[in-house]
Amino acid sequence: MSFPWAKPYEPTHPLMKWMDEKLPIPRLVYNATGPGYPVPRNLNYFWNFGVLAGAALMIQIITGIVLAMHYAANASVAFNSVEHIMRDVNAGWFIRYAHMNGASMFFIVVYLHIFRGLYYGSYKAPREMVWLLGVVIFLLMMATAFMGYVLPWGQMSFWGAQVITGFFSAIPIVGEPVREWLLGGFVPDNATLNRFFSLHYLLPFVILGVIILHIWALHIPGSSNPTGIEVKDEQDTVPFHPYYTAKDGFGVGIFLLIFVALTFFSPNTLGHADNYIPANSLSTPAHIVPEWYFLPFYAILKAFTFNFLWIDAKLWGVIAMFASIALLFFLPWLDSSPIKSSNYRPLYRIFFWILVVDVLLLGWCGMQPAEQPWVILSQLGAIYYFAHFLVILPIVSRIERPLPMPNSITEAVLAKHATDTSSASATA
Amino acid sequence: MASESELNAGIEDGVRRRDFINIAAVSFAGVGAVAVVLPLLNQMNPSADVLALSTTEIDISAIQPGQAIKTSWRKQPVFVRNLVAKEIAEAKAVPLGDLRDPETIDQRTKPGKENWLITLGVCTHLGCVPLGAAEGENKGDFGGYFCPCHGSHYDTAARIRKGPAPKNLVVPPYEFNSDTVVTIG
Repeated sequence: MSFPWAKPYEPTHPLMKWMDEKLPIPRLVYNATGPGYPVPRNLNYFWNFGVLAGAALMIQIITGIVLAMHYAANASVAFNSVEHIMRDVNAGWFIRYAHMNGASMFFIVVYLHIFRGLYYGSYKAPREMVWLLGVVIFLLMMATAFMGYVLPWGQMSFWGAQVITGFFSAIPIVGEPVREWLLGGFVPDNATLNRFFSLHYLLPFVILGVIILHIWALHIPGSSNPTGIEVKDEQDTVPFHPYYTAKDGFGVGIFLLIFVALTFFSPNTLGHADNYIPANSLSTPAHIVPEWYFLPFYAILKAFTFNFLWIDAKLWGVIAMFASIALLFFLPWLDSSPIKSSNYRPLYRIFFWILVVDVLLLGWCGMQPAEQPWVILSQLGAIYYFAHFLVILPIVSRIERPLPMPNSITEAVLAKHATDTSSASATA
Repeated sequence: MASESELNAGIEDGVRRRDFINIAAVSFAGVGAVAVVLPLLNQMNPSADVLALSTTEIDISAIQPGQAIKTSWRKQPVFVRNLVAKEIAEAKAVPLGDLRDPETIDQRTKPGKENWLITLGVCTHLGCVPLGAAEGENKGDFGGYFCPCHGSHYDTAARIRKGPAPKNLVVPPYEFNSDTVVTIG
């Protein structure tokens, strides 16, 4: 679906006409990312991050397929095969470092994409399905990243697998059998490594499939925009190509600059030195932490140090950690304000930024040992995280008085343009 | 084309022959699909070689009172600790009501061998190997074991006392073959 003024696809070349009758892929592309897809004219650079996430996924798939040509998923040789990639395979060090840091870059852009959605109310009607599919993609990414981290079979790989599969043992009665089923043994071992490799190869393609659904669901109402006002007529939009292909292309350029800077100059900064020690099932590293992108959730897990009601601390931690993500599925219905953009929500905007700080605080706490003051800070951070979604958001969306809004995207753009020129002439 | 009356021929209780065949066929296919899923799920369970409960024999004669060793059984770490009288007394002095997972030291050791504390070295929280078995390692606030991952403290009977772990360190099945040799498994 698209707006009535969308430019229709009219192939002129006989070959393209022939193709259009047999398999209209050029038509699909034209209407999805070409001149046939009108997009709000006022998108800012925060709207780049969807395309950047797609680019990051493609980088991961390409580098990953190449790495799989050299990697051996067997507990006795996995570690050495990664070292073989690093030392012996031609350009292997580059491809592995790109894959390693590509995962971090993928999460960075996805987190910015998520917070863009939170700030501009992108999860609200009519785009709830886009948001829900996004949360599914996020969960799949976490599973994929976790299993990928196990593959080098270093100390962090092994103990990460031990701890994360340990979450399932918190489930009453069936927990321990479920964990053994996941691991294929009593501790992470060859069976675990093999299945993780198999799934780590599979899941990116599942993610790709869900991304197609995510974009499909997005293209039904069309993109949101920084004002949160829906498109009213043709003057509110510009064709995706060339306007946003160019803008996204610029963003991809910046993204790649940061990515290669990280890969070439600081490839191990976001990793852990302990993962260059081969896995040892008899010795846990002194301080185990997950990859940075899991830290806020890890802090929530660690925040529960006491039994509460009839549920023990371990199960609480696991429940809270999963709930902190599952909560996002309910977000479109927890925030009942009809105003999408925080630009017109003075109260919500404050709490949005507090949430950002809270998540960063949780991330910091997740990195620290299980000692005071980090435990109490994690507890406060976790309480605030849940309070934001379950208490603050429903109340704020009821009591808040939004700022006056323009009537249309065009009016907002022209008003901004007018102030820009008048202030420019005033200073001149 | 069969007429309406032909299609409905033989209907007495309002059930058509074709409806029955339809439901039966789809049900049968459904059962078949479920039956195929079972082996696909079951293949992920521990395989026969992993399950083959290996037994481990340990010579404990070299472990001095107050010392502990770390060995392994079924690829999991095992702690064997020779408790001193003071540690046993400490463990006995704790009221059972104060424990998260109430067990006495007698329940966790063999009769007459209560100085030999044999447990898995797997934190019951999320499975890290606690510290405290080797010389000079942090034994936690209660003089037993300390798990650095998430801060669980175990006492001199390896019972959980503080931190997120829900259970005491697991005592594996074992027998004394003689005074100095133990078989685990």
